[in-house]
Amino acid sequence: MTAAAAGAARGGVAGRLSDLLWRRPSVLLALLLGPPLLWLGLVYLGSLGALLVQSFFSIDEFSGVIDRTPTLRTWGELLRPANLDIIARTVLMAALVTGASVVVAFPIAYYAARYARGRWKAAFYLGVMLPLWSSYLVKVYAWKLILAKEGIVGWGFESVGLGWLLEAFLSVPGIGGNSLSVSPTGTFLVFVHVWLPFMILPIQAALERVPGSLVEASADLGASPGRTFRHVLWPLALPGVVAGSIFTFSLTLGDYIIPQIIGTSARFIGLAVYQYQGTAGNVPLAAAFAVVPIAVMGLYLWGAKRMGAFDAM
Amino acid sequence: MRADRAPWWLGALAGGGLLFLHGPILLIFAYAFSTEDSSFTWPPPGLTLRWFGAAWERPDIWEALGLSLRVALVSTAVALVLGTLCAAAVARTRFFGREVVSLLVILPIALPGIITGIALRSAFNLADIPFSFWTIVLGHATFCVVVVHNNAVARFRRMSGSLIEASMDLGATYGQTLRHVILPNIATALLAGGMLAFALSFDEVIVTTFTAGNQATLPIWMLEELVRPRERPVTNVVAMVVVLVTALPILAAYHLTRGTDTVAGSGK
Repeated sequence: MTAAAAGAARGGVAGRLSDLLWRRPSVLLALLLGPPLLWLGLVYLGSLGALLVQSFFSIDEFSGVIDRTPTLRTWGELLRPANLDIIARTVLMAALVTGASVVVAFPIAYYAARYARGRWKAAFYLGVMLPLWSSYLVKVYAWKLILAKEGIVGWGFESVGLGWLLEAFLSVPGIGGNSLSVSPTGTFLVFVHVWLPFMILPIQAALERVPGSLVEASADLGASPGRTFRHVLWPLALPGVVAGSIFTFSLTLGDYIIPQIIGTSARFIGLAVYQYQGTAGNVPLAAAFAVVPIAVMGLYLWGAKRMGAFDAM
Repeated sequence: MRADRAPWWLGALAGGGLLFLHGPILLIFAYAFSTEDSSFTWPPPGLTLRWFGAAWERPDIWEALGLSLRVALVSTAVALVLGTLCAAAVARTRFFGREVVSLLVILPIALPGIITGIALRSAFNLADIPFSFWTIVLGHATFCVVVVHNNAVARFRRMSGSLIEASMDLGATYGQTLRHVILPNIATALLAGGMLAFALSFDEVIVTTFTAGNQATLPIWMLEELVRPRERPVTNVVAMVVVLVTALPILAAYHLTRGTDTVAGSGK
């Protein structure tokens, strides 16, 4: 459709401008895209660039002054065993949190997709949405109350006479600690709680597309519920699971507040980045460390794309 | 077709999962009324309303709240403009590099927040920009764009392009078409996106710690209290109020976009 077909041209400055834009959609497109691209390109990509540049600076170990001549020394420092430990610990935690989120999220998503109707459907939806959007810090704080030695979990175990069981669990090295709120188990629980809604939504979206008759057909043909799950439901839900895992994995990789407030003093990538740039003043090493989650996520996204996870988002 | 009944154990697992999601948040409410002022003792030894008054009289809380509200308002306004423009371009036309634009919009929220935070900080550092109100807004607006964008794109896609063509054929200018045709069609989607962006900014802490210098938004105030507790009962009260205040825009956004194919918030 051209302006000529629209009859007489519009009068006035606004009219002539409109005619120009109608005839040349590319000008309109440039006007629409200009401001957001300028902002995101300048502010966001510019900042990412600045970050990358800083990782090639180095710090003078004695004076603490940052030397701006390009070098690979900081990247070499990243490969020290202590730092590799941090990376391995973080990736392991992210994997465990992701696994647990899938297990907890699946029944909720399946129930909401297959059985919830009408008002219940809305209730399930808001039941996932409200925790997703409610304050992250408040959730972390709530867990501090729950996991404290005198908190509700300890009280629960004591009042049914199982206090000794909790003590025994906390004395296991590697997962226990003085109380749950300073144990790796505590860190793990809080991570699962905080990121769980990010897993439920994409799994539910994937399961909504599975017709109930498919599950019935599998049962009619004699498959046990376990086999139906393995051969029908799981493969169809997998793109949703992968999409959700992108969130749980990425968010765990970069978080520095949860391990700082609930957990041992063992460091995670996020905490290391935070401390290197803050108290230690070693911005180059912090910058190099920050590139690690970007690289890990890049690999992860590449794999996810190959599994078709983006159709489920 | 009538839905068949769920096996009891599936209902139990789903219910248990929802309890795990909501229980901890609801527990805060009980603690806000506890008379205990130094530990996290459960059950509360007694109930009181005293801490609400104590929180009311704390000037630092009011200051933090004020800063958070101002930051959220300005960031939401910037995000509304940028997100809508971007959505209009992406939804209505096909052009070279469209996928790249979509990716660029989503990136600030797909990458861990600490990356955005430290990247902004190193940029401020290299460019010698001092921390201010505007450095916080710069960060917040960047990750709020995606929320507005997602809501607006969904609405633009449902809106028929012939409406705009008809308006232009009838001699309207772009300004008139925008005011009388486009805006009324996308208004509720923008309102929902704006509210979600507001909630997102109001609650943000990870990026903010890197861009705030020594200013305290409400989440930063809370973080300080978590790391170095001063008056725990007051923190409980603030936590409860924050839960109630952020729930309102979420519920409102849900009602505004109900019944459309994409419901607000599903792409946080």
